[in-house]
Amino acid sequence: MAKKGDWVRIHSIILTPEQRSSAVPDDTKSVPLEQWTKGYLHDDTALGGEAVVTTRTGRVVSGTLVDETPHYSHSFGDFVPELQQVGDEAFAFLFGGSAK
Amino acid sequence: MTKDNSFSAVMARKGEIIRNAVGVDYKQFESGSIAFDYERMMASTGYTLEDVAEIQRGFAIGNTPLIELKNITALVRKISKDGYGARIFVKDEAANPSGSFKVRRAATSIHHAKRMGYKGALSATSGNYGAAVASCCAKSGLKCIVVQECYDSRGVGQPEIIEKARKCEALGAEVVQLTVGPELFYTVLRMLEDTGYFNASLYTAFGIAGIETLGYEVATQCRAQLGKDPDVVVCTNAGGGNLTGTARGLIKANCAAQVVAASVNLKGLHMASDTQFNKKSFTTGHTGFGMPFSTWPDRSDVPRSAARPLRYMDRYVTVNQGEVFYTTELLARLEGIERGPAGNTSLAAAISLAQELPEDANHRRTGDRVHGRGQTWQRTIKLCTSKRNSRVAWRSAGRNRGREHHSTRATILTARGGRRPRPHAPLLDHPRGNDGRQRADC
Repeated sequence: MAKKGDWVRIHSIILTPEQRSSAVPDDTKSVPLEQWTKGYLHDDTALGGEAVVTTRTGRVVSGTLVDETPHYSHSFGDFVPELQQVGDEAFAFLFGGSAK
Repeated sequence: MTKDNSFSAVMARKGEIIRNAVGVDYKQFESGSIAFDYERMMASTGYTLEDVAEIQRGFAIGNTPLIELKNITALVRKISKDGYGARIFVKDEAANPSGSFKVRRAATSIHHAKRMGYKGALSATSGNYGAAVASCCAKSGLKCIVVQECYDSRGVGQPEIIEKARKCEALGAEVVQLTVGPELFYTVLRMLEDTGYFNASLYTAFGIAGIETLGYEVATQCRAQLGKDPDVVVCTNAGGGNLTGTARGLIKANCAAQVVAASVNLKGLHMASDTQFNKKSFTTGHTGFGMPFSTWPDRSDVPRSAARPLRYMDRYVTVNQGEVFYTTELLARLEGIERGPAGNTSLAAAISLAQELPEDANHRRTGDRVHGRGQTWQRTIKLCTSKRNSRVAWRSAGRNRGREHHSTRATILTARGGRRPRPHAPLLDHPRGNDGRQRADC
């Protein structure tokens, strides 16, 4: 349960598939246009509940509560051994020595 | 009375919304035919090049280092034919406060927004421009909203875009994230209408005027450091602003360098496709933006885009994603500079272009028809973004020229002596994979 005043993330549907632009490709048109926003919660709300928040610029936005005190956990993917070899090979080619 | 916020109703109001949010009536530049007065639009900012430079100095923007990549040049010479391999330089725009050249275009816009009395600025951008606007807003005491196209319908986000969201928030911005689709523009219009904020579009004359200082600095720094002008300037090309502004700055410095556009070739990928969104490793600097925005710049979020690269590019080359990653490794491992990868598009191209140019004018070769006998050629090639690769499409105002080639970003190639590659048969290679979407950013 998130408390009033907590920093949370909410989700909403901006356009349903039927409301989407006719200019988008079929795969995009078959799914809704979705939005995520963060803000300070107006009232105590459980995850998955309907929430109203005030964003950092003072906008009041409503949506489904999807995260409390959201943080970042993105990464840039798995290690790519070939890329490491690129640098080592070029180094050896230019300065001599072995790439291994 | 409740406002109609349906997609069609909001789009029908876009002219009025944009006019209020930019403070410019674009009708004054129209002629009634397909032509419009571009130079008048550029002059309408009221800011001279010196004014823009002064504004940027106030934000600690610009005068970034011009760095010679001596080891990469040495590597290029090892694989070039005897006597070839121009000197490569990069303009390190990461040294700007927000970490990219984009802050040059944000500064003029935000300065103007503040002056006009706007309380905040909004930008539709999934890349470095968001951080640039947020940075300038923070320093100017303005509120800031950044709208990103970030996720596919599975909720899988592109990490580069998420990282940019993190940075924008760190700089105080409100970040709104959307799934794939050109209707991002609809969301932006609604927010502009609701907030009354300034539309810090990438494509206004304010933004492009801000990049002119980049080209001007390239010319003046080359003269100061090398005693001569660059021969070639390579610009990573997406929405066309980098190339347009840089080329205009070179012209204002009376520098006649060849201007080369370079993009990552993403042929086959549709930019508005939900299922293809996460199949690319580059979120900008690619043909998905570069080709449509070169051929139809007014697809942007203002009625007339000030980024019009076909007015200025002498040549357009493409590189592939792997070549840019390769170049990114070279830059880190041989020069000790970790940057990119998207920004290394021009460098990848530069590595290829440098091989076409002689390292020493006095080095004569059999069969070289152009080389002056005993004549000393002083030539500098400046590459402002490059990527090497495959097939090059070139085109320049009033003339089509084509040839096979390669290219990259923010780099300068200096060749002492030698000839400039001459184009042969006209060729315009148009990678497909583009659509009619409104562009979020580069």
